Amino acid sequence: MAKWKLSKSQLRDAGQGYLFMSPTIFTIVVFLIGPIIFALYLAFNNVNLLGDTSFDFVGFDNFTRMATDDRAIIALQNTAFYVVIVVPTQTILALVLAATLNAGMKGEKWFRVIYFLPTLTSSAVLVMIFMWMYRPDGLINTILGSVGLPTYNWMNDPSVALISIMIMNIWATAPMFMVIYLAALQDISESLYEAAELDGASAVQKFWYVTVPLLRPVTGFVVIIGVIGTFQLFDQSYMFSGGSGGPNNSTLTVVLLIYQYAFSNNQMGYAAALAVSLALIILVATLIQRKLQKDEQVY
Amino acid sequence: MNKKQPNILKAFLYILLISYALITLLPFAWALSASFKPLNEILSAGLNIFPESFTFQNYVTIFTEQELFPRWLMNSLIVAVIGTALNIVFNSMAGYALARVVFPGRTAWFIIVLAVLMIPAQVTMIPNFLILKELGWLNSYQGLIVPGMINATFIFMMRQFFVNFPKEVEEAAAIDGLSRIGTFFRIVMPMAKPALGAMAIFVFMGFWNNFMAPLIIMTDDSMYTLPVGLNAFQSDYATYWNYIMAASMVFTLPVLLLYIFFNKYFLKGLSFRGDK
Repeated sequence: MAKWKLSKSQLRDAGQGYLFMSPTIFTIVVFLIGPIIFALYLAFNNVNLLGDTSFDFVGFDNFTRMATDDRAIIALQNTAFYVVIVVPTQTILALVLAATLNAGMKGEKWFRVIYFLPTLTSSAVLVMIFMWMYRPDGLINTILGSVGLPTYNWMNDPSVALISIMIMNIWATAPMFMVIYLAALQDISESLYEAAELDGASAVQKFWYVTVPLLRPVTGFVVIIGVIGTFQLFDQSYMFSGGSGGPNNSTLTVVLLIYQYAFSNNQMGYAAALAVSLALIILVATLIQRKLQKDEQVY
Repeated sequence: MNKKQPNILKAFLYILLISYALITLLPFAWALSASFKPLNEILSAGLNIFPESFTFQNYVTIFTEQELFPRWLMNSLIVAVIGTALNIVFNSMAGYALARVVFPGRTAWFIIVLAVLMIPAQVTMIPNFLILKELGWLNSYQGLIVPGMINATFIFMMRQFFVNFPKEVEEAAAIDGLSRIGTFFRIVMPMAKPALGAMAIFVFMGFWNNFMAPLIIMTDDSMYTLPVGLNAFQSDYATYWNYIMAASMVFTLPVLLLYIFFNKYFLKGLSFRGDK
């Protein structure tokens, strides 16, 4: 049988394959691939949604505009600051918690159940609870004041508002990464620790010279998922600031800025250009990490 | 190694674990307790975790006097339940086809599914809004459900699952005269329950907790889902922390129940995400 001529059973398989794939193909084409092409088109146009939707081709104007847009620069600075603080902190916290839980502690299961609560909870609920605790006379200031520590205007002081969001999100996401570390820790052979003990290694030395190096691929995964997630910070900034990114642009993130331009200021073309740029930043970060991880698997 | 650890170290580790457990629990315990307190007791800023005047009134009020709250709860349930059901069927069908059916273009579609995993939602959110607007699907359930009725992560997961699925089962079904579609729905799907369970929980949580998509697609307040409704309620009635906390607890309960009953699926789903 010639290769290009399909037999009856091959034809049937092809039909069944596409039948099974049809909902997926429909959704990917209409709501993913189509929109990506559409987004690229929008990024090179000025879009007016009022009245009849109109598009004006403007070349690279939307991209060059970013360099002179003060709010875009502030949003990028805020987001970068947020990524640089949150990713290492939550990764280290997750690793320490996982290693501690894995050290044959009693009640491991219960600790795990408790630690996992924030992962289950909606960002909206977490924000409500923290906004309430962050009030000037709320729980956090009451506790800080009662032990003689300084209190803050957590949500309305531009110098601490973003830090308030960082604290909340580190608290909320570290446990999810802890569970990922925990699964990896349980695969590390006990004999490696026994060998280290024979060489006279202390508990801290075992952690530093056995556990940490062996977990490097997992750390790579945790870091890249963390970077992707933190670059996309939106829900918490939006809810904390009522959509404004305030006080004084201190909680303005890149995604919140995209949202404002697209849905409040009727500048969808510029918003699309910002979104495409953000996607490129995230893509480059992902590829760099993948490359580093591949290089490491060599030894 | 455990037996040889000095006791001081062990005590220190327990203190670390217990402190962090308290830090995790306190905000939830505090919110739960506030949901049973009258407003004046909440605002008096006492640190008592047990309400002095215990009341169910906050829960009664949000269900009877805030007519939008039950509506938001219903919207969230409709979107999350239908969305999850479609995902279970469609992701498994795609995963099965990619793993087991030989059809032209299979490798290309598998690569496309993997590539789709890497696209951040922000890129598609603006064009999707315009597409849904053209379709007249803004402020509709299908506007939230249809674009999310498949999930590339779980198509990938189901493919991995079906690659390792025993071939003999399908061969036996074929000998018994079942068609491929019949085999899939009657034999293969029921045997895939653990994988389907893990997928169902994470997809449900995704729909239930999603804030950005309903914020953009639902502009009419009767069509809000719970996250958007809760945020809108907080902006309008910023001082009614008793109602906000009661609503937050109602909101969290369904996922908490899923977690308690399907704990093992949770870990399976998470560890899969870790293996990727």
